[in-house]
Amino acid sequence: MSAKEYRTITDVKGPLVFLNKTHPVAFGEIVSLRLENGTIKNGQVLDTSNDLVVVQVFEGTAGINLTAGVKFMGDVFKLPVSTDMIGRILDGAGRPRDGGPEIIADEKADIIGAAINPYSRQSPHDFIQTGISAIDCCTTLVRGQKLPIFSASGLPHNDIALQIARQAKLQDSDEEFIVVFCAMGITAEEYNFFRSDLERTGALEKAVLFVNLADDPAVERLITPRLALTAAEYLAFEQDYHVLVIYTDMTNYCDSLRQIGAAREEVPGRRGYPGYMYTDLAMLYERAGLVKGKKGSITQFPILTMPGDDITHPIPDLSGYITEGQIVISRELHQAGIYPPINVLPSLSRLMGSCIGEKTTREDHKSVSDQMYAGYAQGRELRGLVAIVGEDALNERDKQLLEFSALFDDKFLRQSRDENRSIDETLDLCWDLMQNISTKYLVRLDQQWIDKYHPVDKKE
Amino acid sequence: MSKEGTIYRISGPVVTAIDMTASMFDIVRVGDEGLMGEVIELHGEKAIIQVYEDTSGIRPGEPVTNTGDTLSVSLGPGLLTEIYDGIKRPLATLEEIMGVFITRGVDADGINMEKIWTFEATAAEGDRVESGQVICSVQETDTIAHKIMVPPGKGGVITSIKSGDFNVTETICTLDDGTKLQMLQKWPVRSPRPFRQKYAPDTPLVTGMRILDFLFPLAKGGAAGIPGPFGSGKTVTQQSLAKYSDAQIVVYIGCGERGNEMTEVLAEFPHLIDPNTGQPLMNRTVMIANTSNMPVAAREASVYTGITIAEYFRDMGYDVALMADSTSRWAEAMREISSRLEEMPGEEGYPAYLSSRLAEFYERAGRVETLDGGDGSITVIGAVSPPGGDISEPVSQGTLRIVKVFWGLDAGLARQRHFPAINWLNSYSLYPQSLNQWFRDNVAQDFPEIRTEISGLLQIEAELQEIVQLVGSDALPVDQQLTLEVARMIREYFLQQNGFHEIDAYSGVEQQYKMAKAILTFQENAKKAMAAGGLLEDIVNVPARTTLMRSRFEKGYLDRIDGLVDEMNKEIAAAVENN
Repeated sequence: MSAKEYRTITDVKGPLVFLNKTHPVAFGEIVSLRLENGTIKNGQVLDTSNDLVVVQVFEGTAGINLTAGVKFMGDVFKLPVSTDMIGRILDGAGRPRDGGPEIIADEKADIIGAAINPYSRQSPHDFIQTGISAIDCCTTLVRGQKLPIFSASGLPHNDIALQIARQAKLQDSDEEFIVVFCAMGITAEEYNFFRSDLERTGALEKAVLFVNLADDPAVERLITPRLALTAAEYLAFEQDYHVLVIYTDMTNYCDSLRQIGAAREEVPGRRGYPGYMYTDLAMLYERAGLVKGKKGSITQFPILTMPGDDITHPIPDLSGYITEGQIVISRELHQAGIYPPINVLPSLSRLMGSCIGEKTTREDHKSVSDQMYAGYAQGRELRGLVAIVGEDALNERDKQLLEFSALFDDKFLRQSRDENRSIDETLDLCWDLMQNISTKYLVRLDQQWIDKYHPVDKKE
Repeated sequence: MSKEGTIYRISGPVVTAIDMTASMFDIVRVGDEGLMGEVIELHGEKAIIQVYEDTSGIRPGEPVTNTGDTLSVSLGPGLLTEIYDGIKRPLATLEEIMGVFITRGVDADGINMEKIWTFEATAAEGDRVESGQVICSVQETDTIAHKIMVPPGKGGVITSIKSGDFNVTETICTLDDGTKLQMLQKWPVRSPRPFRQKYAPDTPLVTGMRILDFLFPLAKGGAAGIPGPFGSGKTVTQQSLAKYSDAQIVVYIGCGERGNEMTEVLAEFPHLIDPNTGQPLMNRTVMIANTSNMPVAAREASVYTGITIAEYFRDMGYDVALMADSTSRWAEAMREISSRLEEMPGEEGYPAYLSSRLAEFYERAGRVETLDGGDGSITVIGAVSPPGGDISEPVSQGTLRIVKVFWGLDAGLARQRHFPAINWLNSYSLYPQSLNQWFRDNVAQDFPEIRTEISGLLQIEAELQEIVQLVGSDALPVDQQLTLEVARMIREYFLQQNGFHEIDAYSGVEQQYKMAKAILTFQENAKKAMAAGGLLEDIVNVPARTTLMRSRFEKGYLDRIDGLVDEMNKEIAAAVENN
């Protein structure tokens, strides 16, 4: 491209370059910077006017001086997309990282992505069986949902994400997901863990990886998930695949967002994160779903680590307001040696109601799940009380609930990393555990399900 | 200076234009693609514009055209059952034009301009008509007659008026000053529509949700705030209100929320039946969906668009309920725009005018005498999404200063799957005083007293629970243990309500009263039985009480309650004798 090269940089500040005396430059236009030593860096226009253009440089501004050449490439950021991407590993800016050839584009797609018309969406309703009881029974996953994993440092969220990726399937169907994996600022070690697991299970051949590691440019992280979602949209809505997008770690993404905000001297919101972080996150998370008239779907599994295990931190907080629920990983359960250490109490799947019941999972699912929750919540609360007054001070009902909550952790939550329970097995397990509470306390259960499924009643 | 200017600067959704004559809030077309925007600040010869669509790819030097209009909505038959985006473009039409993804630079009429409506004039030639006067009624849906009114500010003697089949833009009536009236009228969204005067509310908005109607009632024409952390059930509560409240018209604004949730509403509403009229709910509903990933400026406009439509129906004499989910997203849109304008921020980066904007919005609620002397109301129910569930933040606080009803959602209750997760200890309503008479006249003479007793029991339970936390419930005297049992009954039988259950989702006020009475009857009889030597455990465990509680999920419950209560009383009495 024979774009004019400018040497009119006036300021360089953090990841931002300011220059003037340009031709009219488009908002969001892609920029190429040529350093004196010939290095090429890429960037994007953040603010443009007749007098001043602000460019965000993806690879960082190290080595840039006022004489660097700046070219405007005439278009906004587009990703070449093609089904050839499947099985490939790309870097955080969409270039091959696996030594393979460049992707030959079927078409080029704008990475910002247009909003799906809410009228054109299709309600998600296909139950995805993950084989993990805590998820299938209590926070049921639906195809087209965005369900983040709220975790914290030192917890096995990666194992859980991989187990889901391995086991997730529609009930009574062998249709597999294409996994789009997007790494943002994770360590090489974590990345190798993901890659080798995907390789081992053969999933890598049906996956697209976008990888920005901890030592890759931080600003590049702002486009990595957009590339991944653009690829996912292409595969889902143009090529009819069912796509599972796993991105990790959203916390690194948000920190990059804060870095840009600070460099632009914007008024910071809570904890220094920009006030528009909600909108920005929504523009990622909302790119999940099903669309009328298209066969494919996008299901999202973002992983984020809560700084200081604090669920009210802006990152989990704003995410929770956008996503359709959350799976919360608990340090307490992890330290008690339980895998998967999913704390079902703050976990939630908002779309669960649309995919459970007679026609999909089982008629008693809703009732059972409500009762399991309520019993566990009350049992957990009693643990605190027992610490003060001792178990003897409890009445009969409370004793039963307390015991139930222990069994819940041990039998229901706990399963091995390759244990794949069907939904029937999970629900039967629930009924088994609920035998420990006398039926008169099982107020959440419809009588008809007690008559039909309760193991003791059935025996009588 | 002219109507045509050029772009000087682009920074996200904020665009600066030069060389253009502009007034505040003028609608402009930005760039070669003609994106819709609104002038929000004038600065010397620069006009600052917020753009309702994505601005990527727009360059300085491209043209800006001032349309001279302010942001207005088209009002007329055809509004109901529609779903709009934040600037009132029908989403179904957008789908036809641009497919499933929303692209840019497309305008669409707010209502169908071609559709033919049967117009039967109720005014005649030679009549003098005033602003707001109804000149005809068009049957818009099976339940709603859409009244065609003389637009505010117009009036005179009718020189000609026609009955027959017309579309909304054809002239149907001419006044002596030459004014031609159509069924369609336009109104700028940022200005409230006029009315004669506001009345004090005296009728409850019956929602069918027990905890709301019984303990914390909202009046028709009142305003309520529902703050709560994520996952506590704001949206489910809002949707239940949209489904079951006895308003005649419902305006539902999905402001910066999830796309899939709007889709769910869209899929569900046409199949749901309004318990008050027996007609599909969609027939009384107007929906505005500006999801979180749609442009923020349009999100800012969406609440104004919604309330203007609500006012238009109010002016016809209807009771309108407006749900805004969530006002926090609206406030955040204001914050984002304000920060792009480099305004001096107030608390937490929100603009200093946040609380006055909130107040102005909620003040558009109310029960009014309309311009033609009718009685109409707008009830506003705003969800608030406080960060981390902490309601000391500016949006929650700004809202609570204005609204008279506070339904506080509680994450702890949600975790126990106690839904609706409204905390009965910190929620409040300032309306019971003005509504008590209605409840006495329409439900039962002792309704307010029963309410006081129920809420009193819940207070006592909270105090007792503190002791139980220390010593365990067995250490309490039996009468206090009974109080705990009764309070548990209130919580599990009365306050908990399954919004997704076909039967349980809606309880009429009469049923609510009977259920509350049943609880107090149990308490009274249990006390008597215990005085006669009955054991608490036997009394609590009588099967008829469980049946009474479980049967609320079955059809015809209202008619069965009395019988079930009698049965329970008998069993309690028997429990004493057996002892």
